[in-house]
Amino acid sequence: MRRYIYLLAGTFAAVIHTGPVSANAVYVSNEKDNTVTVVDSKTMEVTKTIEVGQRPRGITISHDGKHLYVCASDDDTVEIIDTATHEITGTLPSGPDPELFVLSPDGKTLYVANEDDNLVTVIDVDKKSVISEIPVGVEPEGMGISPDGKTMVNTSETTNMAHFIDTSTHEIVANVLVDSRPRFAEFKPDGSQVWISAEIGGTISVIDNASREVVKKITFEIQGLRSEAIQPVGVRITADGKKAYVALGPANRVAVINTETYEVEKYILVGQRVWQLAFTPDGKNLISTNGLSNDITFIDTESDEPIKSVTVGALPWGVTVAPD
Amino acid sequence: MTDAAGTFAGSPSEKWKGFTPIQYLVCLKGILQREWLRYLSQKERFVSSLVRPLLWLFIFAAGFRQVLGVSIIPPYETYVLYEVYITPGLCGMILLFSGMQSSLSMVYDREMGNMRILLVSPFPRWYLLVAKLLAGVAVSLLQVYAFLAIAWFWDVKAPVVGYLLILPALFFSGLMLGALGMLLSSLVKQLENFAGIMNFVIFPMYFASSALYPLWRVQEASPLLYQICLLNPFTYAVELIRFAFYGRIEWTSLIVVLAVTLALLGGAILAYNPARGLTVRKQDMGGNQ
Repeated sequence: MRRYIYLLAGTFAAVIHTGPVSANAVYVSNEKDNTVTVVDSKTMEVTKTIEVGQRPRGITISHDGKHLYVCASDDDTVEIIDTATHEITGTLPSGPDPELFVLSPDGKTLYVANEDDNLVTVIDVDKKSVISEIPVGVEPEGMGISPDGKTMVNTSETTNMAHFIDTSTHEIVANVLVDSRPRFAEFKPDGSQVWISAEIGGTISVIDNASREVVKKITFEIQGLRSEAIQPVGVRITADGKKAYVALGPANRVAVINTETYEVEKYILVGQRVWQLAFTPDGKNLISTNGLSNDITFIDTESDEPIKSVTVGALPWGVTVAPD
Repeated sequence: MTDAAGTFAGSPSEKWKGFTPIQYLVCLKGILQREWLRYLSQKERFVSSLVRPLLWLFIFAAGFRQVLGVSIIPPYETYVLYEVYITPGLCGMILLFSGMQSSLSMVYDREMGNMRILLVSPFPRWYLLVAKLLAGVAVSLLQVYAFLAIAWFWDVKAPVVGYLLILPALFFSGLMLGALGMLLSSLVKQLENFAGIMNFVIFPMYFASSALYPLWRVQEASPLLYQICLLNPFTYAVELIRFAFYGRIEWTSLIVVLAVTLALLGGAILAYNPARGLTVRKQDMGGNQ
C-alpha cells in the first residue's frame, strides 16, 4: 500500500514540478503584417501589438532590456523600440535590406547582415553610426558572435560559407565551406564551437572555433517526411551547452540534439514552417516562430514537450525574450 | 443467496424484497466473477479487442499523419500528431465494441438458457441487469488500459495524471455504450441477427463522430454529416474522454452521456424479456406455447 502512496505522490510531484516560471516579455517580428507581437512568457498570452516598419525580420533586445532592435528589411533600417512605451524612438543606419543581426556581448556594437549588398555593417549602438562595412560572400544572412566577443561569424547563403571575422580588426580571418544555403550561426556558450545550419543542404555543420574546421555534420531524418522538407534554420544551444535545438522549417519540427554525441534525441512537433528560436532567460522554455501557421510554440526544455501554441501576427519570423 | 434472504422474518413477499446492501454486493461480486472468468477463458476476445484499435493506431493513423495534420482545438494547446488525436476515439471504440459484445453474449446466454438461471435469482431484475452492465464495463476498462499501455510505447502519451482522470470518463462512456448494447440485445431476437448491429450501429456510430476527425473538419466537408455527428451520443463519449486526458471536464458531454445512459438503461430494463429468443424459437419449431 505504501508503495502506491509513494507512486501517487510522485505523480503529483511531477505535475507540480513544472511550476513557476518568471514572466518575461517575448517579442515576435511578423514579416507580413509589419508588426511586433508582445507575448507574456508566463501566461503565454498576447499582451500588445506594435506597428513597425516594413518586413520586420531580425529582432533582438539590448542587454538591459530597455531597447528592442528590429530589422525593417524593406525600409532599409534597424528600428529602435523603447520597451517601456512600445514606441519607436529611433533608427540605426543598417544599410540596405538588413535581415539578421547580432549584438556584441558588451551590448555596444551591432553586426548587421545586408543581404543585397554582400556586406556586414558594424554599427555603434550608442552613437547610432556605422563603424565599418565588411565585404563578405553573396547574400549574407546568419550572424553569430563568440561569448568573449572576439570572433563574429557570418554565413553567406549563396557562397555557402561561414566567414570568421575578427571583431577588433573587422577583417575576415577564415572562410569555412558548409552545405547549401547556410542560414544561421550559433556559438556554444563556452565558445569552443560554432553551429551552422544549412537550409537546402539539410544539415548542421559543427565548426571548431580553434582549428576553424568542420568537425561534424549532423543530418536529420523524420519518418514519413521527404528529406527536402527538412530545412534547418534557427539554432539555439542551452546555457549549459548540453543540448542544441534546431528549427527544421517546413518539417514543422524542432530537433533536440545532444551536443556531446551529436545525436538527434527528439523531434518536437510545432506549427508550420518553424523559423527562429529563443530561450526564456531562466532557460526553462524555448519559443519557436511558426511562419505559415502564424503562431509561436512554447516548448518545455526539461521534458522537451510542446506546451502551448499562441497565435501572433502574419508570418512570424524572429523572436527575442526580455532579460530578467 | 436465498439462504441469506431466508433469515428475514415475515410474509413470503417481504422475504424476497428485503436484502441488505451486503447481499446486493455478494450478488454483484458473483456476476463480476462470472464475467471475469468468461473473459479469461476467451483469450481471442482479449487479443482482438487490442488488435482492432492498435491497427487503427499503427496503420491508419500513421498513414494519415501527413495528410490530415490536426489544427489546435480544445483541449489541445499546441499541435498534436494524428495518433494523439485519435487515441481518445480508439478508447471509445474499445468501449463501443465491448458494449456490443456483452450484448451479444446476453443474446447467447438467452438462447442457451443461462440467462434464465441468472434471472431466477431473487434480486430485482433491474439490479441484475445493472450488475451485468457493470461487469461488462469493468472488463472493457481493462481493455482500454491495456491499449493505452501499448500506445505509450508507440510514443502516444498524455499527461500522466490524465490516465487517472479518464477513469470516470471511461466508466460513464462504457456504461452508456453497455446500456445501448443491452437495449439492442432485448430487441434482437436471435444471435444470427447480430451482424446487423455491426453494420447499423457500430460502424455508423464510430464513423459519424469526432473519433477520427475534428468536427470542424467534418463541417467543412458536409454540414449534414456535422449535424448527424452532433446527434450521435458516441461523439460526446469521445469528447468526454479526450478532455479528461488533459484534466478538463466537458460539461455538455458529461450531461449528454449521463442522460443517454439513464434513458437507454431505463429502456433496456423495461424492454428486457429473458424468454424472448427462446419463445420465438419454440414457436418456430412448432411448439405449442
